[in-house]
Amino acid sequence: MDASAKVVFLVDKDGQEIASQGEVGNLDTTSLASLAAGNVAATGGMAQLIGEKEFPTLSHEGEKESIHISVVGRLLLVVVFDERSSLGLVKLRSKQVSHQLAKMFEEVTSADYDDVDSPFAGITDEDIDSLFS
Amino acid sequence: MTFINYASREINCKIVYYGPGLCGKTTNLQYIFDSTAPQARGKLISLATETDRTLFFDFMPLELGTVRGFKTRFHLYTVPGQVFYDASRKLILKGVDGVVFVADSQEERMDANIESLYNLEENLQTQGYDLMKIPYVLQLNKRDLGNIVPAEDLAAELQKKGEPVIEAVASTGAGVFDTLKAVAKQVLTELRKG
Repeated sequence: MDASAKVVFLVDKDGQEIASQGEVGNLDTTSLASLAAGNVAATGGMAQLIGEKEFPTLSHEGEKESIHISVVGRLLLVVVFDERSSLGLVKLRSKQVSHQLAKMFEEVTSADYDDVDSPFAGITDEDIDSLFS
Repeated sequence: MTFINYASREINCKIVYYGPGLCGKTTNLQYIFDSTAPQARGKLISLATETDRTLFFDFMPLELGTVRGFKTRFHLYTVPGQVFYDASRKLILKGVDGVVFVADSQEERMDANIESLYNLEENLQTQGYDLMKIPYVLQLNKRDLGNIVPAEDLAAELQKKGEPVIEAVASTGAGVFDTLKAVAKQVLTELRKG
């Protein structure tokens, strides 16, 4: 769904980046993910203080660049956009795609991964030590 | 919770530096930042007040190398130490994989250490964690100062479960990487358990 956005991210509520798409270029996506999650956590804390469960969307408008964040279950959809788009359009498209994403995440989380072997079960002490040599 | 991205073959772990105000949490991160090659680290983000007190958190991603074909990245966070920032301190502990408690060795900060450690246990519980079960390291910082409590006495007071106790002078870097290694090893060992 086209919102004429610059970059779109999916971020875990703990601050881990899951996916990014668009004109990422030199953008520090790791820091952006961490700060977006911090931002949602902080405003969520404010929401609870005034008796709300959480604020499902946040937006920050700059002179040229803006950010819109929507909470989709335990994930955050972060949209960075500039004057080629508008807050209204981004809000609308984010809302539309949130439903699809929520459905997708539900399918992913309910899937049975018990038979998938962890690649880390065989990590040795030497493997760990080699990281610090 | 360690975040494993199978698509980009990355392991991301979250380490939080905890401790009383002015104990040297940010100094630990600053030293790691200053002594790491630029390609192995990201930006050091510091959300501080005008007087350099941490307001929300400091954050720095650090890449250590590969394990079994997976890039290992550690996300290092500090919490604000001052008592009245408890609300933001709680938030930083979300999804934590390992904790470093930075204790201030000065005699007059003993009570502050004990209070902060109690606060850590409580805040971990709020997020559903048990200090006795998560990877954890105790760092005794500021060992270069004159008015300090002997390391054995500090450990006797603050050690919770036989965790590694590391003496440090974060401002010169002594013990800083030993601390990071000690906690990172525990986190990766947890990963092996699955």
